[in-house]
This record gives sequence, structure tokens and C-alpha cells, in this order.
Amino acid sequence: MITRSNRYQVYALSGLIGLLVGLGAYTFQFAQGLSYFSNDPNACANCHIMREHLASWQKSSHHTRAVCNDCHMPHQLLPKLLTKADNGWNHSVKFTLQNYGDPIRIRPANAERTHENCIRCHLDLVSDIRSLPAHSRTQDVDCVHCHAGVGHGPRR
Amino acid sequence: MESSRWRLAGLSIAVAIATFLVTLLLTNIFQRKQEAQQAYLPLVRLSEDTVDPAEWGKNFPRQYDGYKRTVDTERTRYGGSEAFQKLDTDPRLRRIFEGYAFSLDYREERGHAYSLKDQDETERTKKKVQPGSCLHCHASAVPAWRKLGGGDIMKGFELMCAMPFQEARKLVDHPVTCLDCHDPKTMALRVTRPGFIRGISAVKKSQGVDNYDPNAMATHQEMRSYVCGQCHVEYYFAGDKKIVTYPWAKGLKVEEVESYYDEVKFSDWKHAETGASVLKAQHPEFEMWSQGVHARSGVACADCHMPYMRQGALKVSDHHVRSPLLNIERACLTCHPFSAQEMKLRAETIQERNAKLLARAEDALVQLFDEIKAARNAGATDEQLQESLRLQRTAQFRCDFVNAENSMGFHAPQEAARILGEAIDYARQGQVAAARFHSAPVKRTSARSAF
Repeated sequence: MITRSNRYQVYALSGLIGLLVGLGAYTFQFAQGLSYFSNDPNACANCHIMREHLASWQKSSHHTRAVCNDCHMPHQLLPKLLTKADNGWNHSVKFTLQNYGDPIRIRPANAERTHENCIRCHLDLVSDIRSLPAHSRTQDVDCVHCHAGVGHGPRR
Repeated sequence: MESSRWRLAGLSIAVAIATFLVTLLLTNIFQRKQEAQQAYLPLVRLSEDTVDPAEWGKNFPRQYDGYKRTVDTERTRYGGSEAFQKLDTDPRLRRIFEGYAFSLDYREERGHAYSLKDQDETERTKKKVQPGSCLHCHASAVPAWRKLGGGDIMKGFELMCAMPFQEARKLVDHPVTCLDCHDPKTMALRVTRPGFIRGISAVKKSQGVDNYDPNAMATHQEMRSYVCGQCHVEYYFAGDKKIVTYPWAKGLKVEEVESYYDEVKFSDWKHAETGASVLKAQHPEFEMWSQGVHARSGVACADCHMPYMRQGALKVSDHHVRSPLLNIERACLTCHPFSAQEMKLRAETIQERNAKLLARAEDALVQLFDEIKAARNAGATDEQLQESLRLQRTAQFRCDFVNAENSMGFHAPQEAARILGEAIDYARQGQVAAARFHSAPVKRTSARSAF
């Protein structure tokens, strides 16, 4: 219950919370936070270190048909948002604190999803390959092992 | 009432901490955005006379920071940047270099920051008289040459070569510096060492390209090797004026260099034990690299020895020049999609194989010395031993070409193995040629195992 004696303290606290919300909103806007909900490839280079990937994607064979999200994200809304949240959290923590391995390498789960996305579009082309016993569903050959440069520049 | 007050206080503190953190994040994002926009803030004006790297460091703090770290000394399995005495790790070298300054002191070279200090401290300059030629590479000498030559760098360079080392040493203050590889106005890569400028022009001439000027005609990627090739090469001091010269007029391969030396009738010294006129290879890294698969694939020295690294929003090339084995993630994994452990194993396997071959080649060489000595004791003349002495020269140069080259064969694994195979064969041929002149059983130095 708010009494007269602590009313001023409540005002002060409300002011502080307002300040935090305002500052947070500005930081979110300054960091182009909304862009991360989009499909815009430029959003992926917001944190600068992806610039060479973005630049090389623009010269790659896939740039007229697929943006970053087409290959790197799931295609259903909820899994897509969850994957963005998971990677977004990792990326921002690592980039802000500057503790990440160099060269940057894709995590196995992300590599697997990218591979699934290759097949999603190219299934007709690769169904014969996949039906070979050695390349069964559990032992797919990794598309980008050979087709390393189709998406963007250096694959490490 | 008490509890609600505490709750208010707690909430206020939490909000304050959150505000603090959000502000930190905001300034961090701001800083990264600034970095991404402007990589370079010119604070001091640099000129052709700015030798001191600290001045350059005011404009390029990240690169300067790396440069300063070349004081670090760290040993790798076969090399690195720690000044260990090679004469102790491989005692055969004392006999191989007998009668030459390298039998007094043959320490592993340290990083760029020590290039002048190491030259001051080696017994080779303290106990023997050396010319000013050494400063062609051991110091940042371009402004000193310009002054000495009255504006003409080439003239000043030739004058300094002819001076005694101790006298020339007073004209320079710094080891390898920024100025040696970068244009102070544009920061573009450039080569400044006269020996290299003339040498690479000679190589190109042998390939049918006349008047080659690397500063005007080389691509940026070529320059990322040429700047290193300014010094990490085989050279000799030509004539009485001791002009630093790269023996490249016939090409960069060991037999092409050797045939050049034979043609100009050059020898570094007369071997004290056998009397053969022999050659000392210096550190032909540029030549060896040029025969390897990395050079063939367009990979420059700087790609592995100064790989790009990320600092904040920036990408800078690492000016802490060092063995890639000390920086495998950036040096190798940028191109090779394997683990650092795997790449280290591959490199060290190559080195180990070459080290074993090198040990055999040195054993063969030392046993050739034994054989020649036995023939001399039995009364063989210089004329009779001519063939053996010639074979010693050719075997010894090959052996040293790999030994002095600072990669234990890695820069061109098959080429290094070919050279060592030839060295072993020539040394054994020399033994056969000398064995004709004596019948006594030779007390041969027993073979040592690898290093």
C-alpha cells in the first residue's frame, strides 16, 4: 500500500524506470533492433564482422534467389524466431564482449539446417544421390563440402 | 510499511544497474559503429624521414601494437624466435662451417624488433670485421642512404656497403620499421631495399620481362610477398665494395643460384678442414616459398605470417610477424577447413620428414670431410681431389640451403626433399672420388640421429 510518506520515492522510481525504458528503446533503435525481425541480408552485417560474407554473397550464384535467411533459418515462423533468438543472443554476447574464435565457424546445428535448406530447394536434383545406400538419409553427403562457394565467400 | 520500503529500494537499485548496463551497451554499439566508419585517424604527419615506428604508431595504434610484440620470443619445434645456439643443438655445424664466422656463433634469429640488436650482439660482427652491407636488412636505412648519397638512395646504399660495419652502424638507429614496407603518404606496400629491387628485376629478365619495377608493376598480392622477400633471401656481397646482391640472374632454384655463383666465381670462404671453396646459404625463404604449392596457389607470405584478425569492427593484418605454428587458427584455418590440431600435425609431419633427411645429408657431408682428409693424409694433391672438393661445394650448398631456410622444408616440402636427396648423393659421390687416393680404413664420424 502506498502511503503519503513514500509517495515521493514512488515518483522517483517511476522516473528511473521511465529513463530505463527510454534509454532501452533508444538503444534498441540505435542498434537497428527491428531489422533482426526482417529478411534483409543487411541486418546480418549490422555487427560489421559479417561484411565480407555479405559482400561475397552479392557476387554469388545464389544472390538472385536466396537471402541469408533462406539458407540459414528454418522456414516455419516459430522455429525461425527461436533460431534467430538463439543465434542472436550468442552473436551479441560474443561480439559485445569480443570473445569469439577467429576465423568464425558455423556451429554443427546451424550447418545441418543449412544443408536441409539446400535439399529443400534442390530435392529433385539430389534425390538420386540420396537414394544411394552410402548416402542414406542418416549419412547425407554434405552439399557445401564440394559446392563451397555457392552461397558466399570464404567457407571455413 | 517497512517491507514495501525495502522493496522500493531494491527495485530502484535494480533499475539503476539495468540503466547502467544499457548505457554501457549503447556506448559499445556506438564505438563499434564508429570503428566501422573510420579505420584511420591521422594524428601526425608522416614523411620519408619518419623512421621511428612510434610516430607511425600514433596513426596506426593497432598495427604498431603488433609490431611491438615482435619482441616476444617463443620457440617452435624446429625454429621460432628464441635465440638458441644452433651450434649446440647440431654440433655437425661447427665442422661444416669451420674457418667461417658461422662456426663462432649461429644463433636462431629473433623477431623484427631485434634485427639490429642481434646484429650488434653476434660474435660474427664482434670477432670478425664485417662491412656496412649488413645494415641493408638489419636496419631501417633508407633515410641514411639518401643523406649519404646526397639525395641518391642507390649511391648512398653503395657507399654504406663499402664502409666498415661499426662506422656505418652509427648512421642508423632503428631495426626494420614501417617505412621499409609502407609509403608514408598512401600506406601502400612498397619495396625499398636496393638488393631486392635489382634482384627481382634480374629474375624477371631471365623470364623475358625487361626493366621490371616491382613498385610500379607488381600486384598488391605479389607485394604482400615482395616486402618480405626484400630480406628473407639468399644474397652475397659482390666485389670489393661489398654490394649486397641477390644471385637471381638465372632464376630462384638452388641449382640456378649455384650456377650463378659458379659463373661469377664466388665463394664465401675456404673450408678449413678440406680446403674446398664453399658457399654459405643465408636464409632463402623467398626462394624456397616460390617453389611450393602455397606460392603456386597465390598465397603470400603475409597471408600466413601476418594473417588478418578482427579487432572490434575492424579487420587488421597482424603485424606481430611470427611463425604460423604459433597462430594456427588465423594462419591456417582461414583457408583449411580442419582443426588447429590437425593442421599443426600436418605441418610438423612435413618438418619432421625433412629434418630427418637433413640429418642424413649433414652426416654424409661430415663423412665426406673424413674421406677427403684421409686422402690428403695419404698424399693426394689438390688437383687429384678437385672432383671431391667440387662435390663438397655442391652438396654443402644444398644442405645449407635447406638448413638456413627457416621453415624446415615447409615452404616447399618436395623441393626441400629433392635438394636434400641431391646433397646426400653428391656427398657420397665425393667420398667415392676421394677413396681412390688412399687405402687406409677411414675413421668415419659416426652418424648422429636427427636433431
